Amino acid sequence: MTASLQDPVLSVANLRVSIGGRTEAVRGMSLAVARGETHCMVGESGCGKSISALSVMNLLPRGIIRTADHIRFQGQDLLAMSERQMSRLRGDKISMIFQEPMTSLNPAYTIGSQMSEVLERHRRAIRRQAMDRAAELLARVGITAPGMRLGQYPHQLSGGLRQRVMIAMALMCDPELLIADEPTTALDVTVQAQILRLLQKLQQELGLALLLITHDLGVVARMAQRVSVMYAGEVVETGAVGDVFAAPTHPYTRGLLDCIPVPGKTQTGEPLGNIPGMVPRIPPGFAGCGFRDRCMSAAPECAQAVPLRDAGGDHSYLCRLPPDWTRASAA
Amino acid sequence: MSSVGIAQALPGRRRFPAFRRLATLLGVVIVGTALLVAIFAPYLTPHDPFAQDLNLRLIPPVWMEGGQPTHLLGTDQIGRDYLSRLIYGTRISMLIGVLAVITSGLIGITLGIVGGFYGGRTDDFVMFLITCRLSIPLILVALTVVALVGSSLAVVILTLGLLLWDRFAVVARTTAMQVRNLDYIAAAQAAGASRVHILVREVLPNIANHLVVVATLEMALAILLEAALSFLGLGVPPPLPSWGLMIAEAKEYMFFSPWVIMTPGVVLFVLVLGVNLLGDGLRDMLGADLER
Amino acid sequence: MTYAIEVRNVHREFKQSGGIVRLRRPVRAVDGVTFSLPAGDVLGVVGESGCGKSTLARLIMGLLPLTSGEILVDGRSLTGMDRRERARLIQPVFQDPFSSLNPRHRIRDIVGLPLASQGDMPKARQVDRVMEMLARVGISSEMAERMPGQLSGGQRQRVAIARALVLHPRIVVCDEPTSALDVSVQAQILNLLTELRRELGLTYLFISHNLAVVEHIATEVAVMYLGRIVEQAPAQELFRTPAHPYTRALLSSVLTPDPALGIPDVGLGDAYPDPTNVPPGCRFHPRCPSAFAECAVTMPDNIRKDGRLVECLLATTS
Repeated sequence: MTASLQDPVLSVANLRVSIGGRTEAVRGMSLAVARGETHCMVGESGCGKSISALSVMNLLPRGIIRTADHIRFQGQDLLAMSERQMSRLRGDKISMIFQEPMTSLNPAYTIGSQMSEVLERHRRAIRRQAMDRAAELLARVGITAPGMRLGQYPHQLSGGLRQRVMIAMALMCDPELLIADEPTTALDVTVQAQILRLLQKLQQELGLALLLITHDLGVVARMAQRVSVMYAGEVVETGAVGDVFAAPTHPYTRGLLDCIPVPGKTQTGEPLGNIPGMVPRIPPGFAGCGFRDRCMSAAPECAQAVPLRDAGGDHSYLCRLPPDWTRASAA
Repeated sequence: MSSVGIAQALPGRRRFPAFRRLATLLGVVIVGTALLVAIFAPYLTPHDPFAQDLNLRLIPPVWMEGGQPTHLLGTDQIGRDYLSRLIYGTRISMLIGVLAVITSGLIGITLGIVGGFYGGRTDDFVMFLITCRLSIPLILVALTVVALVGSSLAVVILTLGLLLWDRFAVVARTTAMQVRNLDYIAAAQAAGASRVHILVREVLPNIANHLVVVATLEMALAILLEAALSFLGLGVPPPLPSWGLMIAEAKEYMFFSPWVIMTPGVVLFVLVLGVNLLGDGLRDMLGADLER
Repeated sequence: MTYAIEVRNVHREFKQSGGIVRLRRPVRAVDGVTFSLPAGDVLGVVGESGCGKSTLARLIMGLLPLTSGEILVDGRSLTGMDRRERARLIQPVFQDPFSSLNPRHRIRDIVGLPLASQGDMPKARQVDRVMEMLARVGISSEMAERMPGQLSGGQRQRVAIARALVLHPRIVVCDEPTSALDVSVQAQILNLLTELRRELGLTYLFISHNLAVVEHIATEVAVMYLGRIVEQAPAQELFRTPAHPYTRALLSSVLTPDPALGIPDVGLGDAYPDPTNVPPGCRFHPRCPSAFAECAVTMPDNIRKDGRLVECLLATTS
């Protein structure tokens, strides 16, 4: 999709990911994240959002192949990089946070040794300095008594604290790009709000480029500047978050927004909107719109290549329907 | 709605390397052959396995010098046809293998499931029994029992069955512990199902694949133990043609007629190998099935 | 008035399997819960992980014995009740439809289990009832012959609902029934549950951490914190005028898809509720933005007024 961003931190063009030659998990995904910007990738499970992030990091399991026109980070071509160069970048200039902090932290080592190890590896820092830095960052992510926490093991911390530790760990080397894959899905709602607030604050203070992957439209609305809605391996709609939520144009985006109950808006006891069927698996050689099986507005021409339409501003979507179809159908 | 037919997400079957599949196939062929031979032994034997002929003692196999085409694998020290005895020996080995596994399986699986599912004191008791069983020196106790009670096929089967249940119990216990916390067990309890139904119909089918693998391992062990007991003269009583007994009877002649000890040895090795290969193959296949 | 379900001062303690030297403190997972629910209503139970809502669900389902207290369904006590009779009164729907259906059984056998366990219905009638119920939740008779592994998450959850309803129970306990599902499937299941309730006059106990979902489906809401109900009220009133500071914090942390609003400050500190170490006085006071000195000492009473319940010293004083 055309990202008219000046000099983005991360820019991905036409990314394709194929699983064992049987499934097209990502089909021509493009996206750009600028410095100081939060870009949300949203979609249901199996839509290809996590696998896109792993492709950028070159962390795909064996048998899964990525191709792209380009994947650029601060002007460097990530596609051309060797595994050694990539591993030098990961955890340093590009950091990643995962959904379940318990599995990303090693239960056998203290918080302090895991955090300082990052700095020792990438910056050849000595342990004392690294520990100081770790304590400083733990304080920064709102952990009281950071000195004590450094000596603790992951199982001694609550889920919310572990996720704070993960965030602090991701910030050890002053990254430019932070990729967060469902960072608050495993957390309670009150803790989710706290963690998201923290992420937002840090992002603004440090000028991070934040790529946030989530299935929660509430998180998207409250966190993002830009949003990319993914379905069946494609970005079906993208734009500034205000534009997309004010005028969702792709039938899938509209369907998703109709599905969620919103206190004060949806009527209690009244049926919610829903999208029939389930997310499909896309075989190689598939043509046309991936959503047509579930779409209320599908037509025969949906089996052919679908145009990328402009809905004004940076807002664009992938559908045969014109931007004003929703008003036309309501009339 | 258009129905343009997008394939729905279905996980593909896991593929195994050709070598592993070949090994499994070999195991199936060996065990299958042994089973058929055991069942149809009377129709396959060229001679009566018990018929002695002192004029035809220690004839070498047909491919060796002095071999006779009527006795393909030669004869033993009292002139019995070796091939016929091997065929009937398969029957003994398979019978003991299968029956000992069924006995030990019944004991071990019952104890293991009950202990693993109910936990607490029940589980402590089952663990105590397993520990006791593991502290018993297998061969010594088997020898003592057979020496006291006297040797017969039934005694060997029962002794082995009563001694080999520990691995069944351990595996059934740990797998039942994993299954008991799953919601379908809770749903069955809430549905008003009886305890027996929950253990037999809800838990057992979900741990059966692990138990089948244990069964093959135990069967191989039972066959070997029977051979060992028979070799020591405390297993299957003569003149029954057990492979272990054949090896024992042959040991005095091995310097001049090495085939009499080689043939049952090789057959024993091949069958135990086959059972083990089958077990490995089943583990792979059922493991993949579990992932689905 | 007889209620569909009455829960009277229910407690449940767990013994901790702690270290050898350290003293084992019992965890009071449910610590004196009382509520009653008229037939046809939906009680939503909300709270964070560790608040005891899932333990409460398992106590009501009869999967765990009570430490003390009493649960009555249709005026009959569940304590010591025959498992078949209990099954006719209460049925569960669980969170994860991938673990709540036995992978080794056919769909129709799974749905038929509650009927078969009753042991007093001819096989042919059982099959009819099963097929009727499956059709009602949108599962075809062809799918009834399949194994759970061949169904999607949403279809499996429909099967789980069919199993729960096949005995026409008085109470259906739904423990996070949509949390493991995608939003589009969640909407399908919520709509189905709403329809079924209306048609069959069902009573739900609906446990969820998702307040938006609870607001949508519940007629009455109970907020749990560290083993106790700290606020209970008719759903609309609770969402419009929350009385307990914890309820207010929970409501403010709901992220509606409104880009203009930003991330709310829920006003809770980073103290985390620990069921093994319940604070004295009001159990919420270490996190409470409105706490005052007395909160650390005095445990607040249940204040019941106008069909609402609040457990907070602020409600006592005002």
